Amino acid sequence: MAINWKTYEPGHFYDEIISTPGNARLPAKRLVSYLKSLSEDELQARRGSAYVAIKQMGITFTVYSEEGNIDRSWPFDIIPRTISLKQWEKTAAGLEQRLRALNLFIDDLYHDQKIIRDNVVPRYILEESKNFRPECKGISPPFGVWAHICGTDLVRDKDGLFYVLEDNLRVPSGVSYMLENRAITKRVLPDLFDTEKILPVNDYPANLLEALTSLSPRKVKRPSIVVLTPGIFNSAYFEHAFLAQQMGVELVEGADLVVGDDDFVYMKTVDGLERVDVIYRRIDDLFLDPEVFNPDSVLGVPGLMRAWKKGRVGLANAPGAGVADDKVVYAYVPKIIKYYLDEEPLIPNVETYLCVNEKEREYVLANLDKLVVKPANESGGAGMLVGPHSTQKERQRFKGLIKANPRNYIAQPTLSLSTVPTLVDGGEIEPRHVDLRPFIIQTDKTFVTTGGLTRVAMKKGSLVVNSSQGGGSKDTWIVDTGGK
Amino acid sequence: MLSRVADRLYWTGRYLDRVENTARLAGVYTNLLLDMPPGVNIGWYNLITLNNAERWFDSRYKIRDERNVMKFLLADPDYPGSMLNSLQRVRENLRTSRDVVPAESWEYINELALYVQENLNAGINRGQRHEFIANVIKSCQQLLGLFESAMSEGQGKSFLRMGRYLETADMTTRILDAGVGLQLENQDDLLPSTESIIWANVLHSLSAYLPYTKSQRASVRGPRVARFLLEDEALPHALRHACLMLREICATLPRNSEVLECVDALIDHRFSHLSDDQAQLDQSFSIYLNDLQVQLADLHRLFAETWFSLD
Repeated sequence: MAINWKTYEPGHFYDEIISTPGNARLPAKRLVSYLKSLSEDELQARRGSAYVAIKQMGITFTVYSEEGNIDRSWPFDIIPRTISLKQWEKTAAGLEQRLRALNLFIDDLYHDQKIIRDNVVPRYILEESKNFRPECKGISPPFGVWAHICGTDLVRDKDGLFYVLEDNLRVPSGVSYMLENRAITKRVLPDLFDTEKILPVNDYPANLLEALTSLSPRKVKRPSIVVLTPGIFNSAYFEHAFLAQQMGVELVEGADLVVGDDDFVYMKTVDGLERVDVIYRRIDDLFLDPEVFNPDSVLGVPGLMRAWKKGRVGLANAPGAGVADDKVVYAYVPKIIKYYLDEEPLIPNVETYLCVNEKEREYVLANLDKLVVKPANESGGAGMLVGPHSTQKERQRFKGLIKANPRNYIAQPTLSLSTVPTLVDGGEIEPRHVDLRPFIIQTDKTFVTTGGLTRVAMKKGSLVVNSSQGGGSKDTWIVDTGGK
Repeated sequence: MLSRVADRLYWTGRYLDRVENTARLAGVYTNLLLDMPPGVNIGWYNLITLNNAERWFDSRYKIRDERNVMKFLLADPDYPGSMLNSLQRVRENLRTSRDVVPAESWEYINELALYVQENLNAGINRGQRHEFIANVIKSCQQLLGLFESAMSEGQGKSFLRMGRYLETADMTTRILDAGVGLQLENQDDLLPSTESIIWANVLHSLSAYLPYTKSQRASVRGPRVARFLLEDEALPHALRHACLMLREICATLPRNSEVLECVDALIDHRFSHLSDDQAQLDQSFSIYLNDLQVQLADLHRLFAETWFSLD
């Protein structure tokens, strides 16, 4: 039995591919009829060959467990998610706008702090920030850019609009999986690439390399660039190795680098010490340099901050860039865009209530059963209240917590993430919730990936897209529909 | 090339060679010990002695029999030289140097590690051992072949081969030493037939029996076998051959003068008694072999100082 799209029912959510029962959205028309032309056996065979391709290509991610770290095959669903080029162009412009503003914001915080003096952003945000690095005050990295690589999480709500859920400005990962997803799909659904105008995604490594090259203090044609990884036990090690290989640069660990008495950075090679111009670091700020931050860090390089401050090595992302990657700062991003660029935000935020403001707090306290309450300075969902799934007792407890320390809490409406048809165990096609993480690069110019990494919650009804918690992924197609 | 990556490739070469040697030794002992005339004292425990693993083995096992020796050499979780651990080390080293080795090598090593893990009992029990050993050797050869044929000439390939030749040189001196040991143990009633069994065993352990008969055209006697295994320039497992290869490899690498001196000293090494076919190999030869092992250890240390650590 081939797929019967008429029985596919995404409910009241926005579906990325099917608009009304049996009808495909414009960029998905060919995809939907092509999938319909496949028998169930053929569809399963495609799924099987995707599985084999992932094994062969060794696409893995690391899961931490009690028995040690396990390398798992990358979870992947063969049905792609489609977005029209026209809509994507608007979204990409919004992502660039957002990152430009955030970089101006970070640079301001480490210099004159005008935005605070002008009372647009309250001072307490800076004072309580876990990611503000006083060590970085007064430093002016090239182009005034601190966050060179940003992974922004987008979600699409019931109304069909994209909203920004989160800006990841520290060491965002996932871009290698975006590239590998496309490589797999080309093997599994090759026919569609002939007939559809699906925009390629594989220019990312070249753009990343160009951006890193532009950060070199030494103006030579081929500066020495490295990817700095915490090592094999990091969950994103596959990506670190992948990007290094794709860019043709060395993959190094902290112990491979040394800062000389001349404050230049060198790597230890068979031929002796070789100067390093730019480091794409994939380790957190606090582990970068034991001389300045965590003295126990064995992942970092003693003296690295010294070298960077003197402009003798380029660091991407710059230390301290994470100050703008914070739940309270997030709420201010629309104002930040307005303040620095004098523009309206092209992509809206998810509505966010800051409990520190009296009116917003009253609204939150009155609507706890409808909202998601998050502590401002925790990450990874710790200490959250999900209103619709909470008990009366939990809500009472949160009332007390919010009243006692209103600054520490924000609240957002519960979101209705969009869905995409997904081939589930048993061979059925069912809607599953997705988000989207595009990657934005900024140096003297900006670049946005064509689409991004679509993550999918493989469990029915679940909104958890993280690969460590049963999430999967899909290829993301930006389809040129001729301006429509 | 990063020093760390060079180091990992070097150890990949060493451990891979160790896995193959362990498999080959287990195979040879299984075949030959069945042929021994009664009263000849060649025991499984020799496999432990020649690996200098007495301390580890004795702390785990009281009985020095075939089953325990095989269990120990193939599967012991604590002995760093066990096949299982060596494979794990190859795997970890390859995994962290994936950007410089052929993509398939990662797949091959995973297959091999999985095979050994799942078929350990086939290796421990005599009945299925032959097939198990043949498969392990085949997989090791497959990886070596991949490195030889798919890697560009350059530093990466050089360090892989360097590790392999150093391990080979080391293993050859150990196996010879084990041969001398057996001869001394059986000295009281050493028949010519026993002597030839012992030295044929030594040749087989290094895949050198047929090359020996071809090039020497003479009976299997201790001094002749030792001379062949130490001084032949063409035999893959001969010490001289391994050292000549090491010299060739090191000559292409930077800052090599100290290393080359050390390799040359090894190449020029001679044990004068070996020229006499009628001589009896005794304790003094064992001491000589020991001296060679110390020199190989020094060479390894020099490699590390010169190329792997720049602290």
